[in-house]
Amino acid sequence: MASEWSPGSSSRRTFIKQTTGLAGLTLAPMNQAEPSAPGPTLVQGATELSLRINGRVYSLRAEPRTTLLDALREYLHLTGTKKGCDHGQCGACTVHVDGERITSCLTLAIMQQGKQITTIEGLAKGDQLHPMQEAFLKHDGFQCGYCTPGQIMSAVACIREGHATSDDQCREWMSGNICRCGAYPNILAAIREVASSQ
Amino acid sequence: MNDFHYAKASTAKEAADLMNDQPGAVYLAGATTLLDLMKANLAAPPLLIDINTLPFKGIEQTKDGLRIGTMERMSTVGENPLVVQEFPAVSQSLLLAASAQLRNMASIGGNLLQRTRCGYFRDAAFPCNKRQPGSGCPALTGDNHNMAILGTSERCITTSYPGDLAVALLAFDAVLILQNQKGKQRQVPINEFYLLPGDTPHRENVLEAGELIVAVLIPTATHAQHSTYLKVRERTSYAYALASAAVGLDVQNGIIRSARVALGGVGAQPWRSPAAEKVLTGAPANRATFQDAASAALQNAKPRSENAFKIELAQNTLVRALETVANA
Ligand SMILES: Cc1cc2nc3c(=O)[nH]c(=O)nc-3n(C[C@H](O)[C@H](O)[C@H](O)COP(=O)(O)OP(=O)(O)OC[C@H]3O[C@@H](n4cnc5c(N)ncnc54)[C@H](O)[C@@H]3O)c2cc1C
Ligand code: SF4
Ligand code: FES
Ligand code: FES
Repeated sequence: MASEWSPGSSSRRTFIKQTTGLAGLTLAPMNQAEPSAPGPTLVQGATELSLRINGRVYSLRAEPRTTLLDALREYLHLTGTKKGCDHGQCGACTVHVDGERITSCLTLAIMQQGKQITTIEGLAKGDQLHPMQEAFLKHDGFQCGYCTPGQIMSAVACIREGHATSDDQCREWMSGNICRCGAYPNILAAIREVASSQ
Repeated sequence: MNDFHYAKASTAKEAADLMNDQPGAVYLAGATTLLDLMKANLAAPPLLIDINTLPFKGIEQTKDGLRIGTMERMSTVGENPLVVQEFPAVSQSLLLAASAQLRNMASIGGNLLQRTRCGYFRDAAFPCNKRQPGSGCPALTGDNHNMAILGTSERCITTSYPGDLAVALLAFDAVLILQNQKGKQRQVPINEFYLLPGDTPHRENVLEAGELIVAVLIPTATHAQHSTYLKVRERTSYAYALASAAVGLDVQNGIIRSARVALGGVGAQPWRSPAAEKVLTGAPANRATFQDAASAALQNAKPRSENAFKIELAQNTLVRALETVANA
């Protein structure tokens, strides 16, 4: 669990606990414990986390309660991913984890270590926009733009899943992304165009 | 959200030991219910025990049915070919729930333990017998348009489990495999798992402290193969049910040989209707029979000031679901 401790840090607050028999809840400071010891690591307070995002490895020091969304926005300044409701209800925070779309507000950063995370910042190749980004521009798939990164991330996954083969199917499988500007017809047109060109 | 400790258990024993050592600790699966509650200050556990790597996996055909590990995700189970073929209603109940993103995160075990969406429960400024036993139930005289009409008590009138999967599992006689902290397993039929509110609405199921849900078993049956889940909502998609019906029929030569009926959105818990099944069994598979069954299913309904509409809505939902299966 090398990513959960940092031997050089002076403000270490990570503890390890070995669940062996009657040991109970004795918290041994990390530097006194065997890092390779069996049993689960009890993470307490801010620790070093390592996240693989858009093909790069990022390190951050954060508490277990840090959501993936907050890690992206507040710690790593990848602010393309938006916070709408923070309760899984709007889809603005949609990212991909190991290729699947999820809402990053309802998962913890610490749970996503070792996974491949893709955010809206990771879609374009340099100056070359992703076809879905191009299609949103072409079809005016937004007004204020706040829901757009989530819509685009969700749309890319929706096509990959095979759930954009008809207008109705696409609407149903995109229903986790709310647009309060009501750009739905144009969003749908953009997705269907990309889906049919593939 | 409170600060908490986090530990990842790789075996059920590790999870149980961690649970033993820390009173108030909770298991963490997909996190979609838990973080939602914690952000609303409705839960503040000192330790989250991540059980995502426990080996409660797999969707397997067994001798007499299907065994689904509870760490499987809603999306995986909903689109699994065995589930789609043998238990269409179960598949539909999963794919009509929440959103594509949430279904990729949410586990089967967590789904069965989701909490009520009652607005008073979810706002810590209000009293609520479920959240704080004895404090009162503002829904009795307040906003109760989406509350339950069957199985409620004067202490609590919400749909305690607001979701979909358990409704379909209840219709098709699923059994839950539970494992306690000592590693001992027991089987509980899902119709004995959830508790009606009665005088103790804070007690929602028979799961013991620290007990894990390991797997769900669903017996194969003709009425399960010919089944559907119909969900009626305030909007077309991405909402909880106002009323829903999981139904299955085995029809031969126009006569119903066996029937299964469960309702969601109208019971204090997922609601099986033996009365409707009795009307259906042995009767001709036609609209008149289905309407009689729907009347029987709702005959003991007790609406409140704003939710009498649910009686007719649930009846129509049930009739339409039965017609869908009969005409398939
Ligand atoms: C916006 C929104 C809309 C939704 N709409 C719907 C809907 O329409 N229909 C529907 O059915 N659901 C809906 N849900 C609920 C969703 O399905 C649940 O939140 C989800 O299934 C919970 O699973 P999880 O793995 O994320 O659970 P977690 O949040 O990780 O856990 C939930 C609870 O279960 C316990 N737990 C988890 N797994 C186990 C286990 N194996 N053994 C013992 N205890 C365990 C945890 O300790 C915790 O107390 C919605 C949720 C949201 C946020
Ligand atoms: S209906 Fe139940 S959950 Fe809602 S306020 Fe009353 S006691 Fe609480
Ligand atoms: S911010 Fe995550 S779904 Fe709204
Ligand atoms: S473009 Fe404004 S919310 Fe969708």
